[in-house]
Amino acid sequence: MSIADSTQFLCFLALSAAVLLGALGVVLLPNIVYSAFLLGGVFLAVAGLYLLLNASFVAAAQMMIYVGAVNVLILFAIMLVNKKETLAAIPGLAVRRILSGAVCAGLLGLLLRVDFTTPWALPGPESVGEGATIRIGEHLFSDYLLPFELASVLLLMAMIGAIVLARRDVFSSDVITGEGVDQGLIEKTRTPLLLEKNLPNQSVLEKTS
Amino acid sequence: MSLSPVLAFTLPTTVPLQGFLAVAAVLFCTGVWGLINSRNAVRVLMSIELMLNAVNINLMSFSSYLDGQLIRGQVFTIFVITVAAAEAAVGLAILLSLYRNRETVDMERFNLLRW
Repeated sequence: MSIADSTQFLCFLALSAAVLLGALGVVLLPNIVYSAFLLGGVFLAVAGLYLLLNASFVAAAQMMIYVGAVNVLILFAIMLVNKKETLAAIPGLAVRRILSGAVCAGLLGLLLRVDFTTPWALPGPESVGEGATIRIGEHLFSDYLLPFELASVLLLMAMIGAIVLARRDVFSSDVITGEGVDQGLIEKTRTPLLLEKNLPNQSVLEKTS
Repeated sequence: MSLSPVLAFTLPTTVPLQGFLAVAAVLFCTGVWGLINSRNAVRVLMSIELMLNAVNINLMSFSSYLDGQLIRGQVFTIFVITVAAAEAAVGLAILLSLYRNRETVDMERFNLLRW
């Protein structure tokens, strides 16, 4: 085993350990902010695994999109909804955790069995190595052109949808009081409509229907 | 003088394909467990991202080991990353809207559609 081989193997072991421990931390840590930062670490380690697989372009895309965009978005969401709340106890939570853990362990066993017993067609054709970026570009503009264009439409739809869903309602006049809208009304906190104490009385609903 | 056999290596593939697939399997199962058991809605979204990354590792390792010339797996990974970014944006917007209306991120209290 040459130096390059053993270095690659050690890098694989270190990156895998980072991915798996980071994923466990994301799922198990009680503080959600730590989870979000560990998620960034998991994304970085996965980008390192892509580098080991001779895919520098996808590794760069992973860094920019996952670490740079998705993780920052999740951190912003945590800051926006970060209210200390004590979660109400649920009966049978421990049983549920153990049961789902058993189901997940079974799924893991199944996947690992498929992994280690299937006769993969190895070794496959020789890898293109650093020509991967050129090859991806050829794919994207020839036989994967339609999905490429559809992805742009999907991103546009997601952008508009996220803006529409996340903004506060801005009307030309307030729907409840009827007064004209100014900046103060936009900044005004709206009463949550779906809380139990704000729900309309059941008898009122029956009377109107 | 020719290079010694130590330096004359071709593209090293000593990390087996099964190793990458095993890492992806463990990552996927961790994501599934977190998806089921998280009570914070943001953590549910994070678990979904973990599962998507596990699938991406699978695609990339198959593309590198079994489809080295026409790396179609890498193209698929790029599409999955695109869809994951869109999903994260829309998911977090829905979460913000829910939080504004219910003032909680507890998954157990999002029972508006329960019969």
